[in-house]
Amino acid sequence: MTVPPLSRRGLFRAAGVASALAALPAWARGHSIHRQRGGTPIRPGFDELAGPVIDLSVGHGPRIVQGRKGHGIAINGSVPGPLLRLKQGDSVRLNVTNHLAEDTSIHWHGLLVPFHMDGVPGISFPGIKPGQTFTYEFPVRQSGTYWYHSHSGLQEQAGHYGPLVIDPAGEEPAEYDRDYILLLSEFTPLDPHKIMHRLRTGKGYFNFQQTSWSDDYPLSAEDRRMWAEMRMPATDIADVTGSTYTYLANGRGPQEGLEYLFRPGERVRLRVINGAAMTFFNLRIPGLPMTVIAADGQNVKPVEVDEFQIGTAETYDVIVEPRAEAYSIVAESMDRSGMALATLASRPGARAAIPPLRQPPLLDMGDMGMNHGDGGHGAHSMDGMKMRDTLLLPPDVKVGPGIDMVSMAPVDKLGDPGLGLRDVEHRVLNYRMLSALEPNADTREPSRLLELHLTGNMERYMWSFDGEMYSAVHDRPIRFAWNERVRVKLVNNTMMAHPIHLHGMFFELVNGEDAAHQPRKNVVIVQPGASVQFDLTANEPGDWAFHCHLLYHMHGGMMQTVTVMGPPESGT
Amino acid sequence: MRIAIAFALLATGSPLAAQHRQHAPAGEQKDHAAHEAVGAQDPDAGHDLHAGHAMNDAAEPASPGPSMETPPPASAGSGPPRAADAIWGSAAMAASREELRRTHGDFPVFWLQGDRLETQLREGQDLYLWDIQGYYGGPTSRLWFKSEGEGEWGASPEDAEVQALYARAFAPFWDMQAGIRQDIAGPDTTHAVIGVQGLAPYMFEIDAALFLSHRGDLTARIEGEVDQRITQRLILQPRIEANLSAQDVPELGIGAGIDQIEAGARLRYEFRREFAPYIGIEQSWRTGKGADFARAAGQASSSTSLVAGIRFWF
Repeated sequence: MTVPPLSRRGLFRAAGVASALAALPAWARGHSIHRQRGGTPIRPGFDELAGPVIDLSVGHGPRIVQGRKGHGIAINGSVPGPLLRLKQGDSVRLNVTNHLAEDTSIHWHGLLVPFHMDGVPGISFPGIKPGQTFTYEFPVRQSGTYWYHSHSGLQEQAGHYGPLVIDPAGEEPAEYDRDYILLLSEFTPLDPHKIMHRLRTGKGYFNFQQTSWSDDYPLSAEDRRMWAEMRMPATDIADVTGSTYTYLANGRGPQEGLEYLFRPGERVRLRVINGAAMTFFNLRIPGLPMTVIAADGQNVKPVEVDEFQIGTAETYDVIVEPRAEAYSIVAESMDRSGMALATLASRPGARAAIPPLRQPPLLDMGDMGMNHGDGGHGAHSMDGMKMRDTLLLPPDVKVGPGIDMVSMAPVDKLGDPGLGLRDVEHRVLNYRMLSALEPNADTREPSRLLELHLTGNMERYMWSFDGEMYSAVHDRPIRFAWNERVRVKLVNNTMMAHPIHLHGMFFELVNGEDAAHQPRKNVVIVQPGASVQFDLTANEPGDWAFHCHLLYHMHGGMMQTVTVMGPPESGT
Repeated sequence: MRIAIAFALLATGSPLAAQHRQHAPAGEQKDHAAHEAVGAQDPDAGHDLHAGHAMNDAAEPASPGPSMETPPPASAGSGPPRAADAIWGSAAMAASREELRRTHGDFPVFWLQGDRLETQLREGQDLYLWDIQGYYGGPTSRLWFKSEGEGEWGASPEDAEVQALYARAFAPFWDMQAGIRQDIAGPDTTHAVIGVQGLAPYMFEIDAALFLSHRGDLTARIEGEVDQRITQRLILQPRIEANLSAQDVPELGIGAGIDQIEAGARLRYEFRREFAPYIGIEQSWRTGKGADFARAAGQASSSTSLVAGIRFWF
């Protein structure tokens, strides 16, 4: 399947491919003409919608990926849903009709919208009832690469997501000839509720890379003893893995031949969106360096890398200049239990070698927040160390069974390229390499620090901020005064990396850049046993969701409401 | 607990393949990308506490900020988040708020496990045995159901019991359980139950309970089992169970002290996580007065069984 590029530069050349395909009826494109039970089969890939009024329809149907059958949720009949192409400065109306038998919603991930248009049932609006059409309406205040997805139940896992691109009102700072979207996600034949149940009840249910008598992990007998003593698995890199997931590129499995056409010498922009429910991807294009030009939709100073980790719900825009006949775009899941795959092809059907999956990474003592330097190198020892010294926690963290670990010495690891990428031989992106291209509007020094602890219990599959799950703190929001400038410190007391997402506002990572150039993001990965700081200007009044973007962590409780007060005269 | 320690030693020695050292500590690794980045600091600084401080010092001139947490100002307001009520109405919002609360964190699940459903071949006797447990509830508060029993094939069970318990988490890996047990074979006996169940260091699944019968007899049972993965699907599970009593209970054939010990190992193959047939061996000893009761009843005081069964859960 050849992807048509976004229409901008190189429009006419590439559009020929697109329209030729679109003109063919489904049966001529190799689809079965046999109607499956349970409604119209869901199409892989997406169409493009633009204009001041956009109609979206949420439905469900059977879905087949590489011969694996499941039942999915689709927007306008496809997974991913249609590309929404907006223009900065316009206003847009989006009419969303719910054809499901349950409530649904669409959250515009990363978009600056009035809070009641943010699409989170129970926080921003009541949700969209079955049969109802809900109209979202908001001015488009920004540009860049974003996406949208359901915030109802576990619908996102079932296919309820799509890409969203906003063209800038002015000139695009980057030069390129072709513009493509690469939306990474997962397919599972399982009902998402079954996945949630298995995570709560079946220890390591999806992990088939655990330590065993016959593994070849570089762990000593002493290492294994320590991990067993702590009741923690060193192999707990991903909760849900390739044992059930087929990883997708624009809705297509690795054997389904997604390709992006180019002519040698052209500059190609790839807008990479991680629309997965649970997966971090490590993305590389062997033989082709990538220049990162935007993160979470916001332009950054171009930085060239050979690989980057993209956490769940993050987006990165990269420019590549392919010259050879073909390149494989390899997006390995972080635990290396599978990959999403696409090809940059100079002619239809051209293919490059596909590198095999690399050895699964392991957690180490640093991931438990043991960052003591002295004598620690190579001789990590548990002796005399407490895995759960709750005295290290500030008093506002509720200590209880929901906390199975406390990081002993959590430190800032914004320079960490991520699990599995710490020892690779080529250049890997990390957060310290990001620098905002356009200076930030607010460079005031933050007036206060807010420290939040990411907490959890892997055995019970409880996840929380400050030791309390959403169900306990639903009526106790994190509060910000109007236009308050706050430095937020996230401390990870778990052994998993959490992509923490704030709705409604960008924050600026405190990554060593000056205040004007701290990169703006809406998702930040907090590495296991590490801390992260970001600065925030609370200038979007209303109630906003704040949560871990691993879907089952959010449902496991790692979520809170953020309330931003309005300007004094409005009295919000 | 001595038993648990013995098992711990077993667990420690078992990972045979593990002779390599842990992979190189991050502090010795190089991150080329970071070194080439403008103004990037050593990305591995985070692995070293002192370097971490150095990093923070270095970061401060670029973007200074507070380092101590302080409460929000009064102008941040107070009370629950209700901004959406002003737009959609509180009545319209109520149901979705409740749904959000109900599904994010503390929601109930149902789980049922047949840990041992097996046939035992014991010197001239063919026996059946069941050991099932399940719960309904949230992550820290659950209603438990347990049942176990055994008997000769073709006959009604010699020993059988059911338990209904309420469990509450009191530590990350441990639940306290309390409830009742009804013996449904042998003399009609009802017990009050209090116990702990959870995961001990070295991944031992422990279930320990005290039983006080309606006749005032105090007994106890401790079970421990641990999964040893040979491959991702082939799993050896050593298991030990000890039954103790504070007094002789002649009508139940129980002797004071350690009445009975069972030790076994089961080798299962997980065709699916939820379904695994197994084979194994189990040794049972009656000790002290318990052995006397057994002999008086014409039973052997120790026995070896070959077992075959299935383990399932959903």
